[in-house]
Amino acid sequence: MLPVIWAGLIAFAILAYVLLDGFDLGVGILFAAERREEDRDVMVNTVAPVWDGNETWLILGGGGLFAVFPLAYAVIMPALYPAVIAMLLALVFRGVGFEFRFRAATPHGRAWWSLAFQGGSTVAAFSQGLVLGGLLQGIRVQDRAYAGGWWDWLTGFTVLCGIAVVVGYALQGACWLIWRCEGPLQQRAGQYARGLAVAMLALIVIVSLWTPMLNPAFGARWFGWPGILLTSPVPILVALVAWLFWHGLTRRHEYTPLFCAQAWFVLCYAGLGISLWPRMVPPDITIWDAAAPPASQAFLLVGAVILIPIILAYTGYAYWVFRGKVGPGMHYH
Amino acid sequence: MPAADAVFLARAQFAFTVGFHIVLPAFTIGLASYLAVLEAVWLATARQVYSDVFQYWLRVFAVVFGMGVVSGLVMSYEFGTNWARFADKTGPILGPLLGYEVMTAFFLEAGFLGIMLFGRERVGRLVHFAATMLVAIGTLISAFWILAANSWMQTPQGYSLTEDGRFLPADWWQVIFNPSFPYRLVHMVIASYLTVAFVVGAVGAYHLRRDAQNQAARLMFSMAMWMAVVVAPIQLLVGDQHGLNTLQHQPAKIAALEGDWESEPGTPLILFGMPNMEQERTDWAVAIPHLGALVLTHTWDGSIKGLKEFPPEDRPYSPVVFWAFRIMVGLGLLMAVVGVWAAWLRVRGRLYASPWLRRTVLAMAPSGFVALLAGWTVTEVGRQPFTVYGLLRTADSASPIGAPGVGASLTGFVVAYAIVFGAGLLFVLRLLRRPPLAGEGGPERGVPVRSAGITPAPALQDSP
Repeated sequence: MLPVIWAGLIAFAILAYVLLDGFDLGVGILFAAERREEDRDVMVNTVAPVWDGNETWLILGGGGLFAVFPLAYAVIMPALYPAVIAMLLALVFRGVGFEFRFRAATPHGRAWWSLAFQGGSTVAAFSQGLVLGGLLQGIRVQDRAYAGGWWDWLTGFTVLCGIAVVVGYALQGACWLIWRCEGPLQQRAGQYARGLAVAMLALIVIVSLWTPMLNPAFGARWFGWPGILLTSPVPILVALVAWLFWHGLTRRHEYTPLFCAQAWFVLCYAGLGISLWPRMVPPDITIWDAAAPPASQAFLLVGAVILIPIILAYTGYAYWVFRGKVGPGMHYH
Repeated sequence: MPAADAVFLARAQFAFTVGFHIVLPAFTIGLASYLAVLEAVWLATARQVYSDVFQYWLRVFAVVFGMGVVSGLVMSYEFGTNWARFADKTGPILGPLLGYEVMTAFFLEAGFLGIMLFGRERVGRLVHFAATMLVAIGTLISAFWILAANSWMQTPQGYSLTEDGRFLPADWWQVIFNPSFPYRLVHMVIASYLTVAFVVGAVGAYHLRRDAQNQAARLMFSMAMWMAVVVAPIQLLVGDQHGLNTLQHQPAKIAALEGDWESEPGTPLILFGMPNMEQERTDWAVAIPHLGALVLTHTWDGSIKGLKEFPPEDRPYSPVVFWAFRIMVGLGLLMAVVGVWAAWLRVRGRLYASPWLRRTVLAMAPSGFVALLAGWTVTEVGRQPFTVYGLLRTADSASPIGAPGVGASLTGFVVAYAIVFGAGLLFVLRLLRRPPLAGEGGPERGVPVRSAGITPAPALQDSP
């Protein structure tokens, strides 16, 4: 039972990361379209007070995996080594970009740190897609260790997943800006959101059709009886959210688009869970194989049950403090 | 098993990434506490100069904290990428400790950092102070867990071993409060405070040289020198106790840092020399007879186990440990001397007037960082050739990743860190070159704030 609870908690931490740092990274990715540094300042300032907390969910995901599923941690990291290293390096540049952009003395230096912020955000998102795709594809394991080669993970599928995550985060970023900005910037964000949503839906369809082909077990889960009872609502809900998204966007709702973009992520994530369950590292390692001993899982669970609600509460408070529109006049720096 | 050169590269990568990382949280631990003190005094006394110094260092804090976060994220994944077998074997014990660090410290710091940095106009004064306090407490909680984990690797207890060599927790209290933990925690937190004291002192000294009447610079210099005279001697005592604890639990480390090969009664204290691992002796040794016995056993004829008592494959590489130890102790003594000197000048009313004290303190700006890195070198290289002391060898801890992979990622980190931390250092130095001014940043007192968060009690905003 403990491994099941913990699988749920780790899944929650990673989902929280994807939803929260997703729009942070998306804002960075959208630097590609927003070239004026004044607009970029506003974009960065919408996330500057909260990004650090958002990224902490990634540390909880990684640290939590190390704590309660050490085998999965010890297998996934070496198997996806280049992608993980690329993600970490990218997050280094993204993370310092927040402060360094405002500290650069010359326009040239500022442009360079903007590029670091944009490139870091994009590469981090792409690498996270690679890791996701590589995990879904399956990892070769022998004697509790990764037994494959350097580039086993690099396939058309993982690259597609990488692109999908970049597009998805950019969509979240655009929707976040619709909510938190005003004027021309908000309007342009609406236009980005429109195009990105189309691309995102197309990518969801392609990845969803491709995934069952990776592993016969995934296909049986999705199309066999009784799995289909669980799986069929997922595409229906995706379509429903799409309708709501367009409705919200055309009526200029402020936060409906963000809500819908995140709902797509939640649905895709649920679909992912349906495919994988009860595997942690496909094809062979289940959550019970990967689990740390009960003494470890129970010890950390006590803290998690008490602390995660408190964390959510003060994270909510921090968002509340920095609520409202962010405009060019607001100097956090 | 990965080849020896892959293990060496993985060690180099860990040393490099943790070396860069550790100075940043050490600095933010000390600086967060300093900021909390400044804000508390400002709230209590309403003296503007405390607010000025607070604002001045808050900008530095923002830059340094960001760098600490990103370099720390790297560490939390490096156990998996380069040390996967270590992760699989020790995950059940070390993982929960790090998990608690994330849940009790990282989220707390991150959650309130935004309010601390950007929220002065959005929340009431007391709420802002609470945020600063919570960030400072968060840094200390973080130190608690990470040093518990590190100390467990040095002095493991409270575990059971499976047949395939994995560590399982048996008693969490024993795991966390392992024998070296209390000493290491106190030693490290004090080191952080001293590091910050000498940076703050140096910045004060720098600006006093240009304007001896700058109130904020005087405050920095004075507070730093109080810290030096009170805390540096305490650190020497704590270090001594930590050493005795190490002698009890990791005698090979003590032999390596003393450069002692023999186990004769009346151990000498080798001041300088060069330990020679092949010839099993310390060349060009300048030694004081019996002093080692006095320091380590507090007796005249006591002895410690020399390195020859340990099989060659179990000996830490003494030259590095020996010299790193001397650098750390030398700088610690120097800090205490400067503290006493400053106190003496203060009594005579010449604290701000002595150019030699100012120059010395300015030159010692990086002394805390150097001493800290030297100290970590002593304790980590001294733990070799094990990751979990006496139980798990470093060579059996690495990932099944070949040398080209580890080498490539190491190159990536070296290049990225050179750019990022080089620029960060530049930005910090640029911030520090600007003199602290009266009325530094922040809203004026008595001016209504724009939005008071969820504690809109008007009384809060006007009370000191």
